[in-house]
Amino acid sequence: MARLIMRQMRDNQSGTISAIKAGGELGRRLRDMGLVPGTEIQVQGRAPLYDPVALKVMGFKLTLRNNEADFIEVEVD
Amino acid sequence: MDINVALAGNPNAGKTTLFNGLTGARQHVGNYPGVTVEKKEGVFQHNGFTMHIVDLPGTYSLTAYSVEEVVARDFLVNESPEVVINIVDASNLERNLYLTVQFLELGIPVCIALNMIDVAKSRGLEINVGKLSRLLGVPVVPTVARNGKGKIELTETASTIVQEKRIVKPLEISYGEDVDRALYRMEKVVRETGFLTDTYAPRWVALKYLEKDEQILSHGRKADRETADRLEAMVEDVAEHVMNTLDTYPEALIADHRYGFISSIMRQGVIKRHHDRDRLYTSDRIDKVLTHRFLGPVIMLCVLMGLYHFTFTYSELPVAWFGAIFDGLGSLVSASLPDGLLKSLIVSGIIDGVGGVLGFVPLIMFMFFGISILEDSGYLARVAFMLDRVFSMFGLHGSSVMAYIVSGGIAGGCAVPGVMATRTLKAPRERLATLLTVPFMNCGAKLPVMALLIGAFFAANQARLMFIFTLVSWAGALLIAKLLRVTVLKGPATPFVMELPPYRFPTFKGLMIHTWERTWQYIQKAGTVILGISVLLWAMMTFPGLPESTRQGFDAERDAIRASYDASVINEMTIAAESSALSEAAQNLNKKLAAVDYQEAETRLKHSAAGRIGTAMETVTRLAGFDWRINIALLGGFAAKEVVVSTLGTAYSLGDVDPEASASLSETLTASPMWSPLLALSMIVFIMFYAPCFVSVICIAREAGSWKWGLFSMIFNTIVAFLLATAIYQTGTTLGLLGR
Repeated sequence: MARLIMRQMRDNQSGTISAIKAGGELGRRLRDMGLVPGTEIQVQGRAPLYDPVALKVMGFKLTLRNNEADFIEVEVD
Repeated sequence: MDINVALAGNPNAGKTTLFNGLTGARQHVGNYPGVTVEKKEGVFQHNGFTMHIVDLPGTYSLTAYSVEEVVARDFLVNESPEVVINIVDASNLERNLYLTVQFLELGIPVCIALNMIDVAKSRGLEINVGKLSRLLGVPVVPTVARNGKGKIELTETASTIVQEKRIVKPLEISYGEDVDRALYRMEKVVRETGFLTDTYAPRWVALKYLEKDEQILSHGRKADRETADRLEAMVEDVAEHVMNTLDTYPEALIADHRYGFISSIMRQGVIKRHHDRDRLYTSDRIDKVLTHRFLGPVIMLCVLMGLYHFTFTYSELPVAWFGAIFDGLGSLVSASLPDGLLKSLIVSGIIDGVGGVLGFVPLIMFMFFGISILEDSGYLARVAFMLDRVFSMFGLHGSSVMAYIVSGGIAGGCAVPGVMATRTLKAPRERLATLLTVPFMNCGAKLPVMALLIGAFFAANQARLMFIFTLVSWAGALLIAKLLRVTVLKGPATPFVMELPPYRFPTFKGLMIHTWERTWQYIQKAGTVILGISVLLWAMMTFPGLPESTRQGFDAERDAIRASYDASVINEMTIAAESSALSEAAQNLNKKLAAVDYQEAETRLKHSAAGRIGTAMETVTRLAGFDWRINIALLGGFAAKEVVVSTLGTAYSLGDVDPEASASLSETLTASPMWSPLLALSMIVFIMFYAPCFVSVICIAREAGSWKWGLFSMIFNTIVAFLLATAIYQTGTTLGLLGR
């Protein structure tokens, strides 16, 4: 078990969100999409230019930019 | 019985499919007042009840961050529909219920359509519908919107809710100790002061204050400053406390507990999983190929090229039909009306104007059909995903690419459908920046002008130069987008966070409805304005007419020419219909007469309002090398860019020059002492960047939701173009480059 910033996660690595440090619009958008502490996520891959990143959350797919992933801390398996 | 129903739910949950299934072609598309969000209404009749359905924009939440959310919430609160049909994606239940919980908090009558129950089943999810309904306290009807399964049952359930007139109590869930305590105290204040309670429930107002909801905060400040301040201070207190003890925000806690409430429902046996959660679905397998590091971009390039060819190649034939119809109509009117102002107005003003509007219709239809396929299938989101890194550097969004390509990112597009293509973009600032810069692309109408000038002055490097100018237009558009994003459209990037919906086959019905409603909107709204402006431009090129004395001068000249020929030649001309059958002398006479006609046309043009403006502007435009002839041509280009060629022809006394066959004009220009490769270059750059044609301007104003932006694009683009052209011309002249 280790805590990582989401940007540092490898492709196909999974984990559980432990904290989201974003407020304002970004924070709200992340929560609207189900990214809250306790949610399990899996990094699916990255775009050809290594940004944005694609995730699997609760059985659906989501994408966000690396600089948005910086606000998300994940407890990885 | 008449029932008012609102259709709400997450994007990609099948809301539009259900709406189309219920209302079919009986729908009406408009806009919500003051915003550019589409408002779709339709009617469904069954068993003696008539449902008036409003399709609310798809949202993930009911906060006040996006226009869509504000529109949806305002509609639910202000129009209070008798029942809200909440479409929920059964294969993605937890996240979809987040919105449902917010409807329940609002205390409105809800009926859940548990959609795509078939997809959920195929993914090994078994949902206990009865239990879900009991735990949420609202009816739940399983549906498959794609084939209409459950549709009738759903509408019957909804109408039962309305008939029963049940009093709906807002859902009260716990948001954790700190928030609950504050919520209780604040609710009391709201209740006692009657703060905003004529519109909203007290607990909900307090909740929105804790969520720092911009819209409610500003309503509150306007309604009752004192109470508003008191509530805001209470929120500050709890926010500080929560930050110190839990390192988070009250709004985050509220969201966490909503999800907590949802998972507590899930855990009570609502959902049974028959497959492993990490199983790869078909969609994931497709993504492995379509977003592959190397294969992905290659396939994307092919798809975008394909969309482009589909739009512009297949629409060629219908565009030609429209052209032929209007040409035919024009000649018919020409033949049946006497020469004069009325004929000129009808042919050059009205028929050309209407033809101009309708000429774009096939283009728009094909483009929206193509884009709808990409959008409905889920591929468009992947394009945004793959290209976002590039476009975000310029303050744009991955989805911007579509609009650029259609506008002429591959030379030969059209800015009108390009501007309309920005509708797929949801981020407001990024969208506006895209919409204002797509006209810089080299559209099909700029090509004849560029081809003329390149052909005349850079004949040796034609292909290479066309390619370079395509790159220049991309660079210009992206850099100017960046410039706009740090000045007039300043603001942080809209969060990209976006769903990558599973791949689906689009339904043909959905595609057709989608395509038609957008095309019809264009015809309706743009049509009237375009006709008006077209007539105005015609008037500018026509009035004031030549004074009688000048006209008589030309007549005298013609008479003199005729007099110098034998009577037999004149006679031959009146009898013969085809010029090829004429004798050499008669042909000569014809040429001389035509020369006088062209001379007269030139004089008339110079004398008209447009001509006077062109002449008056010469002092300034000389900086870029433009004389009055070029100025008038450029003014004419505001009607449509290819008009530059024909107007230039008239200004050089060549008569009407066909933009597609401009050899004579090209020769005239190369022979003219004023022209040089440098001037040609300056003019090409000016044409690439100056004011969009007025059809584009109208579309920009419509899509941006304000005439201000239409005006901005005219003025700003012209200034940019003029500065660039002047820089090129002056540098070239000083250094003696590209001279004659």
